Amino acid sequence: MGGAKRPPRSQFGRWVGVLPFFVFSGLFLIGPTLILAYRSFEGSEGGLTLDNYRQLASEAVLRSYGMSIRISLTTALVGGLVGFLMAWAVSMGGLPRPFRSALTTFSGVASNFAGVPLAAAFIFTLGRVGVVTALFELLGVDLYGTGFSLYSFWGLSVVYLYFQIPLMVLVILPALDGLKRDWREAAENLGATSGQYWRHVALPVLLPSILGTMILLFGNSFGAHATAYALTGGLLPLATLLIGQQISGDVLHNPGLGYAVAMGMVIIMALSILFYSVLQRRSERWLG
Amino acid sequence: MTISTAPVSAAVKAPAAEVAAKGNRLWSWLFLLAGALYFLVPLGATFYWSLRAEKGRLGVEAYRRLFADANFLPTFSESIVNAIIAIFLSLLIIVPTAYWVTLRLQGLRPAVEFITLLPFVIPAVVLVFGLIRMYSRPPLLLTATYGSSRILLVCAYAALSFPYMFRSVDNGLRAMDVRALTEAAQSLGASWGTILRKVIFPNLRVALLSGALLTFAIVIGELTIALFMAQHTFGPYMANLTRSKVYEPSAMAIVAFALTWAAMGMIAYVTREGKRR
Amino acid sequence: MNSGFLSLEGVRKEFKGVLAVDTFDLEVAPGEFVSFLGPSGCGKTTTLRMVAGFEHPSSGTIRLAGKDVTFAKPNERNIGMVFQSYALFPNMTVADNIGFGLRVRKEPAAAREARVAELLDLIHLPAKGKSYPYELSGGQQQRVALARALAIRPQLLLLDEPLSALDAKIRVELRSEIRRIQRELGITTVYVTHDQEEALSLSDRIVVMSAGQMEQVGTPFEIYNYPKTSFVASFVGTLNQLRCTVTDAGSGDVAFDSQIIRVGSPIQFAKGTRVLMMLRPEELHLGERGGENRLSGTVDSVTFLGGVVRVRVGLGDSNLTLDILNERTLRLPTVGEQQTLSFPPHACWVMAEN
Repeated sequence: MGGAKRPPRSQFGRWVGVLPFFVFSGLFLIGPTLILAYRSFEGSEGGLTLDNYRQLASEAVLRSYGMSIRISLTTALVGGLVGFLMAWAVSMGGLPRPFRSALTTFSGVASNFAGVPLAAAFIFTLGRVGVVTALFELLGVDLYGTGFSLYSFWGLSVVYLYFQIPLMVLVILPALDGLKRDWREAAENLGATSGQYWRHVALPVLLPSILGTMILLFGNSFGAHATAYALTGGLLPLATLLIGQQISGDVLHNPGLGYAVAMGMVIIMALSILFYSVLQRRSERWLG
Repeated sequence: MTISTAPVSAAVKAPAAEVAAKGNRLWSWLFLLAGALYFLVPLGATFYWSLRAEKGRLGVEAYRRLFADANFLPTFSESIVNAIIAIFLSLLIIVPTAYWVTLRLQGLRPAVEFITLLPFVIPAVVLVFGLIRMYSRPPLLLTATYGSSRILLVCAYAALSFPYMFRSVDNGLRAMDVRALTEAAQSLGASWGTILRKVIFPNLRVALLSGALLTFAIVIGELTIALFMAQHTFGPYMANLTRSKVYEPSAMAIVAFALTWAAMGMIAYVTREGKRR
Repeated sequence: MNSGFLSLEGVRKEFKGVLAVDTFDLEVAPGEFVSFLGPSGCGKTTTLRMVAGFEHPSSGTIRLAGKDVTFAKPNERNIGMVFQSYALFPNMTVADNIGFGLRVRKEPAAAREARVAELLDLIHLPAKGKSYPYELSGGQQQRVALARALAIRPQLLLLDEPLSALDAKIRVELRSEIRRIQRELGITTVYVTHDQEEALSLSDRIVVMSAGQMEQVGTPFEIYNYPKTSFVASFVGTLNQLRCTVTDAGSGDVAFDSQIIRVGSPIQFAKGTRVLMMLRPEELHLGERGGENRLSGTVDSVTFLGGVVRVRVGLGDSNLTLDILNERTLRLPTVGEQQTLSFPPHACWVMAEN
């Protein structure tokens, strides 16, 4: 789309509109990231080095990254599956129409509920004196005796699902809508059963979207800080909590390593957004 | 070519297609109920706890204590002020940008969209890390006083709202066919300023409100950045409450949930009303 | 006894109190090409979907080759269907799409591949087997959809407005392709369309529908020249209608203003009844002709359509449209000139004024 070429003296006028945006982003988004990136290459004696990145393999860092990755993988897979099933239920599963808007609205709320209130709510539910914990006791099950703890890998995963599942629901619903009714009818007409339709047509067509959204969920969980902080205050080894501790005091005893940890997280997030975008574009070609 | 003149009515038995759908429906109810259980039980548990502050009976004592807490109102109002300023800042920057990128600088769109994706790539904890390091030394010294840190905080919030604000405004511009409206206004002799004020902004009201409400919901309870900048906003206040008190946190969680629900509800309402025009 | 290959008996469909299809009775012979023609909402697609099995009739029976399929599942009817939106599976190649029905039936790969190749030849796209639907044009996609429906060797072929989404020129090309293939395979076909040119040029018989009712069933010639209702008369082709009054029912005379028009056959309305005289544009000529009806008027407009010249002549409050075949030496009438029009008695017919 092109308009007529404007006379040269208006060139400056054109850029005025977008300049604030680029300046602001440079000051408060790009700048801080670049500073961290630069410092991550700084050696302890000055000069540039890759040492900090090599030290990412140290025990403390690996433990935190490992835990973060495990929780993110778990909540991405479980959240993705549950979110998909719930989205399917309200869009194609034959439920009355109002349930769909109820689920969408609630998902919007729940995905924004993350942070301190969510942590607090789960303390009251699954904490040591939580309602559900007490319910289990009534049934004769000592929840914390089995090794479960809200302040552990499984506990945090359960809490994270509260905003992971809604995110999946919100993103996958439009994709499910994109499944044309005609495809199902054409498949039936050609002799396919419901199962064959899903196996040969619906799931393959939905796969890029489902996969892409799960990757998005992974990134979402990996970068989450507030909920984990409010829940554990730093008890759990988690990549984001580690960075937080590094900010307040140099717990790694190596500023350069701290910056490398932060940049490592940025790289992982960037990759997840990248894969998500690529898969999303593929899915739009089929479903858009 | 004879046309059969004697219609034969068949007994209407339950058709096979409807039976199959019933099986599906059972699973749908199952999934929905399981999900509802997972989502509503924590809310219910928290609500139950929030009513048990008084020994032996159910009452709103926890809420009373919460609202009477010396730090509740100051931190809450500080967060509200932060949110409003951040929203204004964001609008002021995003609306002209979206407008220009749509109408005149289409080539810049990929760059702009990439930048609006950055808040998803840079987690809050990493951003605050970078902000502190970047602004803790002259000439860019902003972390020295509470006031200047607050400015930094609000600017960070505005930047974090860019993805939502841009997407909202972009959709709004697309829906109002901004190119046609601008050209019509120009042919009638309007200046750029007039166009922005009298044509663009009024038609964007719904999009702007949605973006603003979303930003509001995000800023109000934000913890990570406020915490590391030692700001006395609602997020850190809530975190402290969780550690120090027993019953008030439950009331706080319910209040926070109600607030988020109200914000989302208003967005839905505003969008619905906007569509009706 | 039912002699039809496909027969619909008393088929009715109600949706929440709205009658979508009312008492549809039809027998389709084997190898016959039948069109359902009508405006949007007339029930033609609903009827087709009942035959396909995606809707169930509220009452009535549908029989295919003698078997009652009224409530059979769509995947058990062995009917091929072509959709308006092509409905090709986007994640499969053209060859996989065509072979899908065979794969579902567990046909061995070799037989499947042979059949797919056979069909690709039939639709004149032998090199496109490995392409994906999004790489093909609309016309090509629709041909693949046709091949896919035919691959399973169905007893019946259903087409739901297959050409509506295509450009005009492609539509005409594809139209004759569909007819050629249908004739070659001898497959019984039901075709739904709102385009009367399509219906007229393709069908052995046409069912004209309006608001859920079957208005008329007949060959294209019958539908066009002997419409049974005023809806069919005006929906198919261009129609001239003049308000007349019956003067002599026995000999078939009606009066337009003060002029007498002779209709070919006796009229079933009483003398003095107000009726509409109907006449096709191509039956009128300029100038006087012996033994024919004569009317005079002023030329309102002359439209050159290429092969046909359409002239509108005003007669007082009414007007008549006539079509003249183009000739290189044709003298086009001029706007405003007086002209006499003539037409033979049997060219026109009379219907009640609603």
